[in-house]
Parts: sequence; structure tokens; C-alpha cells
Amino acid sequence: MPSSFMQFADKYLMWKEGPMIWGSDVAILLVSIGILFTLTYFHKWKWLWKEWITTVDHKKIGIMYLICALLMMFRGGADAELLRTQLAVPNNHFLTAEHYDQIFTTHGTIMILFMAMPFIFALFNIVVPLQIGARDVAFPYLNAISFWLFFFAAMLFNLSFVFGGSPDASWVSYPPLSELGFDPGPGENYYLLALQITGIGSIATGINFLATIFKMRAPGMKLMRMPLFTWSVVAASVVIIFAFPALAIAIALLTLDRIAGTHFFTILHGGNPMMFVNLFWLWGHPEVYIVVLPAFGVYSEVVATFARKRVFGYGSMVASLMLISVISYFVWAHHFFTMGAGADVNTFFAIASMMVGIPTGVKVFNWLFTMYRGRIRMTLPMLWTIAFVPCFAIGGATGVMLAAAPADYQYHNSYFLIAHFHQVLIGGTVFGLIAGMYYWWPKMFGFKLDERLGRWAFWFFNIGFYVCFMPQYALGFMGMQRRMYTYPANMGWNTLNLISTIGAYIMGIGFVFIVIQVIYSIKHGERDLTGDPWDARTLEWALPSPAPHYNFAVIPTVTDRDVWWEMKEQGRADELKPKEADIRPIHMPKNSSRPFFMGLAFFVAGFGFVFDWLWLGFLGLAGVAVCMIARALEYNDDYHIPAEEVIETEASLGRLS
Amino acid sequence: MPDAIHAGHPVVAASDKPLEYQDPNQSVKILGFWLFLATDMLLFGCLFATYLVVRTHTDGGPTPQSIFDIPGFTLETFFLLTSSFTGGLSTLAMRNGNKKALLTWLAITIALGLAFIGFEVKEFVGDVALGATWQRSAFLSAFFTLVGTHGSHVSIGLVWMFLTLLQVAKRGITPITSRKVFVVNLYWHFLDVVWVFIFTIVYLSGRVM
Repeated sequence: MPSSFMQFADKYLMWKEGPMIWGSDVAILLVSIGILFTLTYFHKWKWLWKEWITTVDHKKIGIMYLICALLMMFRGGADAELLRTQLAVPNNHFLTAEHYDQIFTTHGTIMILFMAMPFIFALFNIVVPLQIGARDVAFPYLNAISFWLFFFAAMLFNLSFVFGGSPDASWVSYPPLSELGFDPGPGENYYLLALQITGIGSIATGINFLATIFKMRAPGMKLMRMPLFTWSVVAASVVIIFAFPALAIAIALLTLDRIAGTHFFTILHGGNPMMFVNLFWLWGHPEVYIVVLPAFGVYSEVVATFARKRVFGYGSMVASLMLISVISYFVWAHHFFTMGAGADVNTFFAIASMMVGIPTGVKVFNWLFTMYRGRIRMTLPMLWTIAFVPCFAIGGATGVMLAAAPADYQYHNSYFLIAHFHQVLIGGTVFGLIAGMYYWWPKMFGFKLDERLGRWAFWFFNIGFYVCFMPQYALGFMGMQRRMYTYPANMGWNTLNLISTIGAYIMGIGFVFIVIQVIYSIKHGERDLTGDPWDARTLEWALPSPAPHYNFAVIPTVTDRDVWWEMKEQGRADELKPKEADIRPIHMPKNSSRPFFMGLAFFVAGFGFVFDWLWLGFLGLAGVAVCMIARALEYNDDYHIPAEEVIETEASLGRLS
Repeated sequence: MPDAIHAGHPVVAASDKPLEYQDPNQSVKILGFWLFLATDMLLFGCLFATYLVVRTHTDGGPTPQSIFDIPGFTLETFFLLTSSFTGGLSTLAMRNGNKKALLTWLAITIALGLAFIGFEVKEFVGDVALGATWQRSAFLSAFFTLVGTHGSHVSIGLVWMFLTLLQVAKRGITPITSRKVFVVNLYWHFLDVVWVFIFTIVYLSGRVM
């Protein structure tokens, strides 16, 4: 083999790093070939391109987000299992220290930015327009751009594992540790550029959904008639709009430090690393509320549907959502109480952090009161919702313990913290996202997921969760610090670590059951022919499953909160079926391949800057500019579905009244 | 088309509204743009915060007093603020349906914007010639990044305004082009406001304090 090839392989393909990289290289190659072969064999290229890649339909974009989020949950979960395997016994050498650093970095980054974020965006897209009686989001083309930016950013980030090396400065990537001098190589650049690209998409999504909800609600849907999930999207979008610019600046300045040689956060030449930490957490703390607020929205929908009651305290639910979104900005310094900011600053942030518990408590009690004397059906979404309550209560209580600034000096950066944030992020966000996935799955695909396999998944995941994380609270008190690659045998941590690892495996089995459940249900899942399999309350269930691509043939008029439930109660459900005479041609946006190419151009730019190949970076940016100019000059981006076609579709769905 | 209303918009009789708001398809885009401006404002807010934290961290290198050139930034300010005014006049011409005046005012706005960028480039080149590069100190990193981010916004705005001018020239004043004229001017005024803060916090305070 020529020596230049060997050099290339050693530097970029990392062939000296051992069997894990080789295995991954081979696996990625085989999967890629498999996908290409399958698509070609079944003649699916054209279908993929026309129906999915160029689509601007919010429902399809939502499904693509969901698929990516589940794949990323697998990747982040595999990282977690590797970490726990390494920590199962003392003095372990399953992973090298360097690999351990890379894996905890990618685990955290993927779970927050490439799993939780696309998962909430999946639900935003699938649910919001249907719930407010709209035909699409305010900016369908921009929505497609957001998706493709996320998609290509995720690809860029994951590519680091097999091409050039993964980031290893943790998901917070504090300088000066993440500066060029201490962390050369492409890994950290991958982190910075992938986050920048997906962050742009997230900001656009926040803007898009806020505009959608403010401007596109069906007539009669006043703000205080909006379903609570939609309200939670308002709250999350507001936080996205106000938080993500801080992340964009923090990582842009760090990128400049690494690529252009500036001195924002270096110790040399007057840089101030704490400024990065401030900017990062000015985004980072609100970020956890961004992902948990939509989960709160899911719980509100699920509890009302499966307790067959109107949500208790609707007004206080809305107020608490908005209050959480405001308080989220006054807590960021609790991530570095030990910085030395002084007692006054720490007191302010300690009290603000504890205050978040108040509106959150209001919400939890409202869910409990909604269940009280309700006729509860123990479906899968309801199970996850009920499991969330005690889990989040414990997580919230340990959060208040962490918010006590003087005590935080004891458990700062210990496993107590690890246990706390996994408890709120899994028990709050992931439980909610899974509940939401089960709840709206029939609406997306037209069939239910199998209950029996889902229960296996539920119990494995939940029991595994407590087995995994409860010991970590104790380990934290016993002095075990986060990000430790291994530990000596005489610390008294052995048993608890082993138990924790066993718990992680049990959770992994739970995830596998979800995969089996999805595969099994595609063939055997109960088909939903009514469009309303749960006997639910809000407008999306008035449509067939899956909804036609124009959503509503005639935009409904909303007269009440839980309008679909009220109409069913009053025997007026048929009023939401369109009359032939009312159907008009429907104005729709045209599909476009440009969002895909724009994402690709961003990928090329990001890839170029990762390796300091500036010509490639600027080539990619030029591609972005070309896409934007072409869009600015575009005029024929819409069309009308003829009324006859709508009538035909509605008739075939049996919906004409 | 009988019902030429974009996906899901309620039908509103809107003849008493300004031109660019009359078509609901266009008016929702204006709302979206306001929301974008909020995010852009926060972007600049973070850059200002960073600048304020490190502006005294000159590490023995050039200080604000030694590099800020009063005639230069005064002229820049004059050009940009005047261009914001002429941009406003172009919106007024658009509302009056006067295509020729609209095109003229847009062209003047672009010319003033180009003059602004020209002076900024001259200032940056002069600074670098003095050894005041952004690799020299944290102060200079923050200065060039903050002012340069504004400058690149202005440059993008110039390309955008030129594209808008072409479209108005070709298509006249329609609901779509009037929205485009309105939005690009919103952007332009926003950059003007940001410049007022740069002028005060960076240049004036830098000379005085």
C-alpha cells in the first residue's frame, strides 16, 4: 500500500486506535452499502426524493425528526453503556482515558442537542398545526431548512467518531481546556461547528412555531382556548429565541480562538475563560427548560385524555409554563457557584433556582388533581406519565439541594449532580417524549404501538433507571467525581458502581424492547380507522390518521377549549366533517430541494473548517449564499390543490357530510 | 383564485392597513422577521457583554485611545444614520406607490451603505498596519468581532437591498415586493440602532474612558 495512503489512514481513519474504530468503520460502510442497495433494489430513490427529502409538509418533517431522534438515542445510549461498562469495576481498562473522555463528551452532546432537541421538534411539527387548526406552519420552507441543518449537523458530529477523532472536552467544552493549545486536532472543531449549524436551525424553528401559533390559529381559538401542548410550545419557543443566540456567540468566539487565533477565552493576551462559562450557561440552563417544557405539554394532554377529565387549573398551567420560561434566565450561575462570584451573586442565583420549583410544583399538583376521581385508563402514554411524577419529584428535591449554594461546595461536580440531572432529564424530558411518541404515533402512522411489548419496555426502563441512578447519589456523597475515567479499589465505591452499571444495562434492554415494539407493530399493530383511537379531546383527533397532506379540508371554527371533546359530548362531532359546497381550492407550498442542498452546503462548510481547509469551508459558505439568493428571487413556490381533488380525497376517507 | 390565502390563514379584510400588511401571507412574514430581529439583538447583546468584560484587557498592546480615529468613526456614523433616513424615505415612496422614487431612495441607501463599509474597511486596514490585529489582545479580539459582525451584517444587507431593488424594478410595487422593501428596511434600521450602541459603548467610551 502506498505510504501516503497509510498516512491518511492513520491520521484521519485512526487505524491505530484499535478494534472499536475498525468495527465502527466496517459497520458504517456495511450499513451505507445496505441502504444504497435496498433503495436501488426496490426502486425507492425517486420516492425518497419526492416524498421525503424535498418535502415541506410539517407532518413528514416531524416524522423525519422522530426517526433521527430515535437513532441518536441509540447512539447516545450506546455511549452510556460504554461509560458504565468502564466504571463497573475499579482499575478497569476496557476504555483508554482518551476514549472515555471522547465518549462522555459525545454522550452528553448527542443526548441534549441531537436527541432531545429533534425529539421535541418532532412533536412540535407533528402536533402543533393540527392542534390549532392550521394547514401548515407559518414558514414551511424554513421548516425544511431547520430539519436539514439539524440532520447534516448530526451527521457532521457523528462523523467525528470515524474520521479525524471525537471531541473530548465534555459537552460544555470549557476553555481553556478546549483551546487549541490544550486540545489540538479536529475533535473540538467538530463539536463547535456541528453545534453552530444545528443551533441556527433551532433558532429558526423557535421563530417558526411562535409565528405559527400567533398567526395561524383557527378562527375562535383564543389564546386561552389553546391546548396545553401548544402552550408549552409557545413557552419553549420563547426560550429558544432568547437562549440560542448566547450559545451561538459562545461557540463562535471559541471557534475564532481556535481557527483565527483570537484571544477571547485564552489565559494568554488577556482572554477570560469565565466569559465562555457565563455565555454557555446563559443558553445551557434555559436549554433544559426548552426540552422539558414540551414534555410538560405532553403530560397535560395525556392526563386529560386518559383520566377523561378537563385539565385541572388550566389558567395556572399556562401561567406556570410562562413563569418557568422567565425564571429560566435567572439561574444560570448555579452551574458555577464555586467560581468565587461572592455571597450576593450566589444568593441571588440560589434563590432563583429554588423558585423554579414553585411553578413546577403547581403543574405536578394540577396533573395529580386531574387524575383525582378521573376514570384512568392505564395505556402506555399514561404509564409513562404516572412514572414521571415520583421520578421528577425526587429529581426536583435533589435539585433544590444543589441550588443551596453553601452545600453545593460539597457536591459540586460529583456523582450527586450526575444522578440529579439524569433524574430530571430522563424522568422529566425522556419519559414525556416517549409518552408523546406513544400518544401521537397513531396520528402519524395510522396504527398503535403494541401495548404488551411496550409494558416490557416500560418496566425494564423504569426499574433500570432507579437501579442505575439511585446509587450515584450515594457515590456523590462518598466523594466520587464526575468524568472520572477509573477509580482505585479501596474507595468503597465498588459495589455501588457495579449496581449502577447493572441498572444501565437494564435500561438498555428497555430501549431494545421499544425497538422490537416498533418493528413488531408495523406489521401487527392495531390499525386506527377512526382517527381518534384514544377518545381524545383536541382538534388533531378530529382528522383521519394519518391526516391528509392539507390537514383540514375546511378550517374549523373553535368554540371551546377541548373543542373536539365538547363536540363529541354534544353529539356534534359530524360538524367537523366538511360539506362539499364549502370546499375551496387549497393554497399549499411547493416542495423544494433547496433546503436539502442548503444543509449539504452547511455540511461542506463545517467539514472544511473542522480541518482548517479554508478553501472548502468558503466553498460551502458560497453554496449557502447561492441557495439564499436563489430563494430571494423565487416567486413560484406555491400551488393550489383543486377543490375536486380535495373532495375526492375527503370522500375516499368517508368524511364528506 | 377564489381563496388565495396561504395555508390556514384567516381571511381578513385589510384595506385600511399599510400595503405590506394587506396580504396575510406577507404580514406573517413580517412578524417572523421581527422575531428574527429579537434573536439578532441578543446576538449583539452577547457580543457587547463580551466586549465590556475584556475591553481593558489590552495586554500592553494598542488601547482604545491609541487606535480609535475620531474623524473616521464620525463619518461612518454620518453615512449609516443618513442611509437609515433615506431607507425610511424609500418605504414612504413605496407606501405612496411611487416606484421611481422608491428605486432612487434604495439606490441612495445602498450608496451610503457602501461608503460606510468603505470607511470601516479603511479603519480596519489602518489598525492592522499599526499592529493592532485581533490576535494581539482580548480587547482587540472583541473589538474586531463586535464591529466586524455589524459590518458583515451591513454587507449582507447591501446585497439583499440590491436584490430587492432589482425585483421592484422588474415587478413593480406588489404585495410581495412591498413586504420585501419593508423588511429589508426593518433590518437596515435595526443595524442603525446597533451602530448607535457601538458608537457610544465602543468608540465614544473608548476615547473618553
